[in-house]
Amino acid sequence: MLITVNDETHDVAATTLAELLEELGYRGARIATALNGHFVPALQRAATPLADGMRVEVVAPMQGG
Amino acid sequence: MDVLFYGQALSSPLMLGTAQYPSPEILRDAVLAARPGVVTVSLRREAAREKTGQAFWSLIQELGVPVLPNTAGCHTVKEAVTTAHMAREVFGTDWVKLEVIGEQDTLQPDVFGLVEAARILSEDGFKVFPYTTEDLVVAERLLACGCEVLMPWGAPIGSGRGLNNVFGLRALRAHFPGVPLVVDAGLGVPSHAAQALELGYDAVLINTAVARAGNPAEMARAFSLAVEAGRLGRAADPMEERDMAAPSTPVAGKAFLG
Repeated sequence: MLITVNDETHDVAATTLAELLEELGYRGARIATALNGHFVPALQRAATPLADGMRVEVVAPMQGG
Repeated sequence: MDVLFYGQALSSPLMLGTAQYPSPEILRDAVLAARPGVVTVSLRREAAREKTGQAFWSLIQELGVPVLPNTAGCHTVKEAVTTAHMAREVFGTDWVKLEVIGEQDTLQPDVFGLVEAARILSEDGFKVFPYTTEDLVVAERLLACGCEVLMPWGAPIGSGRGLNNVFGLRALRAHFPGVPLVVDAGLGVPSHAAQALELGYDAVLINTAVARAGNPAEMARAFSLAVEAGRLGRAADPMEERDMAAPSTPVAGKAFLG
């Protein structure tokens, strides 16, 4: 299944958002996620199914003013 | 008495941004020199293989200063609201410095989108610090939405021009005597920060002026002294201005030498 993560397309085996993050190596990272532009809380990632062509955003703390 | 920001006193009226420093070490030195009441932080895309955000988060935790996440770079209500939700989860705080940018050259807020986003987020339990202009009507609307703090700009973000509209900022202070007010954006040198506190503003937010100084740590310390001077000056009740000179040395008893 093709999923776009932060504008990069990945061919993944994952079927949920939680599995996707695990597969891509985000385990343990302090991140937040959005699916097709909608925020998905950490607790809902395991229950959030993926479909071909979905767009995922993964963000983390960064310097800001 | 300490000014409360959503019920919380800050240890200093200086809020310090964490962006644009030459290195993480210099950022750390600047924060240690400034001893700010909060540091502002943001969110950006994280690549799994690089984990740059994780290193930054470790540094911020080590500094032990409360964080104020921003929605910098957001141009729509939806973007800003989604970013605020992600920030609340990542940073573990319901404080958010709400930016909805409306114009690319001046980076001034889209005040219509700002009011709408502030209402949505306030209803959702966020404690919103809106980056706004000095417009009194917009300020009224933001307060009516549930905002308990206002952050008017001094000048365009990163411009270093100081307080562009002193009259407007003074009017805002006078209209909302009980609302914590923070000058956010546009300050360039410590005297600008002192002036904001002398006008009765409760805090200032500085980033570029410190990060882009030749010596960020020294500039951070200078700003920290400036806000303290400004606050003390305000509390000491400044004299009134007058148009004509008035001799400070007594005239009575002066020797006649003509």
